[in-house]
Amino acid sequence: MAATTESTATPPGELKIVQDATCTFCGCVCDDIDLTVQDNHITEAKRACVLGKAWFLNHSIEDRPSCLVDGKPATLEAGYDRAAQILTTGKYPIIYGLSDSPCEAQRVAVSIVDWINGTIDTTTSVCHGPSGMAFQGVGEVTCSLGEVANRGDLIMFWGSNPAESHPRHFTKYSLMPKGMFLPNGRKDRTCVIVDVRRTKSAKAADIFVQIKPRADFEGLWTLRALAKGIDLDPKVVLRDTGVELAVWTDLMARMKAAKFGVIFFGMGVTMTRGKHANSEALLALTRDMNAYTRFVAKPNRGHGNVTGADNVVAWRTGYPFGVNHSRGYPRFNPGEYTTSDTLANGEADCGMTIACDPMANFSQPARQHLSSIPYIALDTKETPTTRAAAVAFTVATYGINTGGTVYRMDDVPIPLRPAFDSPHPSDFEVLTQIERRVKKIVGITS
Amino acid sequence: MPETFILIPGRTSDQGCGISEGKFLEKYQREINTLQVPPGDMARLGLVDGDRVRLTGEDGQVVEVNITPAKKDELPEGMLFIAYGDISSRLMGGDTHGSGMPTSKGMDVRLEKV
Ligand code: SF4
Repeated sequence: MAATTESTATPPGELKIVQDATCTFCGCVCDDIDLTVQDNHITEAKRACVLGKAWFLNHSIEDRPSCLVDGKPATLEAGYDRAAQILTTGKYPIIYGLSDSPCEAQRVAVSIVDWINGTIDTTTSVCHGPSGMAFQGVGEVTCSLGEVANRGDLIMFWGSNPAESHPRHFTKYSLMPKGMFLPNGRKDRTCVIVDVRRTKSAKAADIFVQIKPRADFEGLWTLRALAKGIDLDPKVVLRDTGVELAVWTDLMARMKAAKFGVIFFGMGVTMTRGKHANSEALLALTRDMNAYTRFVAKPNRGHGNVTGADNVVAWRTGYPFGVNHSRGYPRFNPGEYTTSDTLANGEADCGMTIACDPMANFSQPARQHLSSIPYIALDTKETPTTRAAAVAFTVATYGINTGGTVYRMDDVPIPLRPAFDSPHPSDFEVLTQIERRVKKIVGITS
Repeated sequence: MPETFILIPGRTSDQGCGISEGKFLEKYQREINTLQVPPGDMARLGLVDGDRVRLTGEDGQVVEVNITPAKKDELPEGMLFIAYGDISSRLMGGDTHGSGMPTSKGMDVRLEKV
């Protein structure tokens, strides 16, 4: 963790340029951003998109106490003590979030949950958790974004709107780059977008397929049938998918003719009725296509290090999210150990949220329960979740104030290059201090 | 008489920027509290830009939001869109059907003018 403690201070008034800084706002994790920094403020973020600019230019030092206990300013030491006490007195402690923290901090969070026989879950469970379940059932035919840039000649987006969620996806990785086997860039590629609404991304498509809402599963199985040469009834296909059979047949012909096909899929697939069955259908279609040509699928991941969270939790526990340690060993069961469930079912009796905002993003029953139990919240800014926390830590922002490692959406690890120091502690420091106290309380250390 | 629509919550540029600028600031709050309605449905129901409607979720959750017409062709009739945020989350049910993921897109909602 040397990188997280390295000083990045500049004398007052002096300009500093940080080259190839990493934007962690979305899963594209662009690591080619040149930042201009003056007086603890980023004044320019070259090459960043609209979301990346908002991310960098709005991060100044938060004028808030680093620690609040029961809503009142407190010392960090008092906060660490209270946090450790909360986590060790409950019967069903949960730790949730982690997708906007570096891997080094995520690793400490998993250790804490192990010491307290708790349940750990990440925001994956409410974004591509269903895809994580599908990976286990079907497997994942995959590749890096570099391969997409150099080889992908048929690029499909299914239930994903990168124009608004991952604005540099098209230009940096999937549509515009001139690649090794695509010397003319965009002209050498065909872009297909499948969605229930004509999103801002649809403008980028050569072919836009507007399916009926809640018909992703039917659309994907239509393609699976066509891939195998099975005859389908046009009336049934139109009724079930909202799209003419001729459109699906044409699409399948293009998919078979492609040299390197890619399906990027988003939460239109995972958040809609069917969930993991939708993801399974998409991954199975991708696998089927490899009988004819090279085809891969990639979930478009949202948060900057949600992919890191999957990796860290998986390499520490064997499972990617929703992991319970109450029997002293890890057990995985989405729907039981995932945070939407442990909260909405009223099972968790204390917890810790790290870089996430369940008090704004969860269902009403889940929020109600969270507000009734003692919990610790780590965030860079004030949120509805930090406001209701028993202990709230204001932490330094990863990638802007602290270093470390994040995983891009294609599982490629990327180092962070911080721009300026923060007076607030990092997630890693807070979690390490809490872990030290937890270990003492549970008798691991004296 | 309330009419049933399919609601698609999703990411927008303003919602994404608003997360970094501040969740309690006007830009973010406006974005997550505005429901986009297909212009054809608005005309049919006698609704105008800025009207306030009540949405009732599948589990009986009730929220109120202001409406704005969706951009041309962006939404087919019968479908509503709102940026991810407090309102869209309130309309999700607590049940995840064994998946860990509450149904967060493609939910049935009933809409009526307040
Ligand atoms: S595409 Fe994503 S990672 Fe790249 S600059 Fe924009 S927000 Fe940041």
